[in-house]
Amino acid sequence: MEVSSLPISASHRAKLISAGYISISSLSSISPAHLARDLGISENEATGILKVASQRGGPERTIPSHHSIVDGLRAQTAWDMLHEEESCRRITTSCADLDDILGGGISCKEVTEIGGVPGIGKTQLGIQLAINVQIPLEYGGLAGKAVYIDTEGSFMVERVQQVAEACIKDMQEYDSFLRKDLPARQVNLQANDFLANIYYFRICSYTEQIAVINYLEKFISEHKDIKVVIVDSITFHFRQDFDDMALRTRLLGGMALKLMKLAKKFTLAVILLNQVTTKYSGGSFQLTLALDSGHQGHILF
Amino acid sequence: MRKSVNRVWRRVMANKLISEMGLPKSIANIFAARNIHTAKDALSLTEFELMELLDVGLAEVTTAVSSISEISCPPYQTALSLLEQRMHNEHLAGHLPTRLKGLDAALCGGIPFGVITELVGPAGIGKTQFCLKLSLLASLPSSHGGLDGHVVYVDTESKFSSRRMIEIGVNSFPEIFQIEGMAQQMAGRILVLQPTTPTEFSECLQKIKDSLLQHHVKLLVIDSMAALVSGDGQGQCRQHPLGWHMTFIKSLAEFSRIPVVVTNQVRSHSGDDPFHYSFQDSRQNLDFPTTFDSHLVAALGIPWAHAVSIRLVLESKSGQRFIKVAKSSMSPPVAFTFAISASGISLLHDDGIEMTGPEINAICGQVLKHFNVASSINDAHNIKYFRDFEVTVVYSIKNWSFRVVCG
Repeated sequence: MEVSSLPISASHRAKLISAGYISISSLSSISPAHLARDLGISENEATGILKVASQRGGPERTIPSHHSIVDGLRAQTAWDMLHEEESCRRITTSCADLDDILGGGISCKEVTEIGGVPGIGKTQLGIQLAINVQIPLEYGGLAGKAVYIDTEGSFMVERVQQVAEACIKDMQEYDSFLRKDLPARQVNLQANDFLANIYYFRICSYTEQIAVINYLEKFISEHKDIKVVIVDSITFHFRQDFDDMALRTRLLGGMALKLMKLAKKFTLAVILLNQVTTKYSGGSFQLTLALDSGHQGHILF
Repeated sequence: MRKSVNRVWRRVMANKLISEMGLPKSIANIFAARNIHTAKDALSLTEFELMELLDVGLAEVTTAVSSISEISCPPYQTALSLLEQRMHNEHLAGHLPTRLKGLDAALCGGIPFGVITELVGPAGIGKTQFCLKLSLLASLPSSHGGLDGHVVYVDTESKFSSRRMIEIGVNSFPEIFQIEGMAQQMAGRILVLQPTTPTEFSECLQKIKDSLLQHHVKLLVIDSMAALVSGDGQGQCRQHPLGWHMTFIKSLAEFSRIPVVVTNQVRSHSGDDPFHYSFQDSRQNLDFPTTFDSHLVAALGIPWAHAVSIRLVLESKSGQRFIKVAKSSMSPPVAFTFAISASGISLLHDDGIEMTGPEINAICGQVLKHFNVASSINDAHNIKYFRDFEVTVVYSIKNWSFRVVCG
């Protein structure tokens, strides 16, 4: 492995290379004092560099033995991935047809993008999912909590209350129709209990949007029962007053990657609501998703 | 309440300084040395770019970005505490009742605070009448269900008629307006601004932002948005100037937590309007009504349609006027029949007609009843698409002169 790919500062990297340390193995048996002398840096800095090098160079201790084909990388066999996908929980959208198309509901390890014309119901779906993720395990739900990141101000608490009440009624009906033979069970939840489990962030600029997505990692590790993150909408603050298009693409790409990492690391569902714009193609104007960052994940219209 | 609005406004506009964030001295100095002063500057760069620029390791950059993000991130609230806060602090949990029972029920109380509510419809349908009534309702004392506050009315087409507004007041709330001096006091709470050019309009908005924080402004009406913002062209060139106004008005609404009502015009559907996705069959124009008379769409385009939170479509069909809740995240798609009378707008039935499918969004422009000459210069642009229209005298009130155009 090359020294040039180490996550250290540019000047340290340059010094290492000019002093002749090109590969990681060349750093494996050197003392910090010796390195410090060679590079002309302090011993503390040299220790830091050696620490980074040893972390990168060594084999991953967490990989089980049958992954020995690829050393030093985190890899899974296709069989393991299939098994994992099948056991992965899904959040129902409350629409049987939509659940069918999605293979059971919104997947908890992926980013799903939902786009549409104004007024079509994207926020409604977002609110529905924020409620449905909280359905208790006994009713086939995930008993999780939700994070709702609102960039447009479309989150209407009155509507959330209505959806929560309808969900409770559904659970009561489920109880009375499908569990007739079993002893009666009371649904002890109130609409306000559902509302208390939705963490709401109101974002007013793209800086805040990037900040909240960066902060989510810490927030979710402190609130481990969060199972869905809804961003409504992902593009609003990037569509106007943005002069530097290259910067916009980089920022959006960065956000998309961080969200994917979040979904995989904490096994939660990330829902991105997107607006539409017009595009001239094939001789006519068509609707297309705004700011298509071309990232992986499911896209629904 | 005023102070917290101010603080919130400053939080966004000021854009946090890194020097005030309490980061370790060493890294804070490095940021400053490289000219990265605000959270915006720092977060606009990727972590690798920051490493290159600041000449520090990845771990240090990640920690610094984490801290900056945590500090710049707005505080969270649970949906429950949001609801409780609104119920406690705001009138009817953040709604301005329109006194149209069916509509208020559909909107969970009335026109919501903090977001843009749009009224769109053909000329002469009653948008300005609606705005006049709302202005009055906002200025009424709270004992009569009003917001007891000032109203800023931006009238870009010179349609505001104070005489008509007093008439609505006298007919709808006789017990208040009979009192000596009440009419003057109510009318005195409504500030009318009449910008004539797009530049004046932008300046108006800036001034409104400043006065919102000082006075007791409880409603902002912009009648109409399309007149000074879009210009005549369609397509890309229109989106640019609108973008600034859109975000500005939206953030005004958000931070002042007042209702903002904006009227929009209609234009005819052109071949350039997109109505399908690339994967749909373009020959099936499903979303689109086929009669020529109904070929109308809201002006200002799709980005504007995304920015408004509530869209109320006013239209006229077979001699009947309808007000439809076309876009609202808290209402079912319902339509109500309405009429214009001496006391403003009134619903003919409080039970709405539930509409399914794309019909709720369609704007029909068939027979129209009457026009106001003062607005016809802008609306004349729309008139040429209507086949026939009849002129009917809807009401006549003593001492109120009305103007009707025939053609």
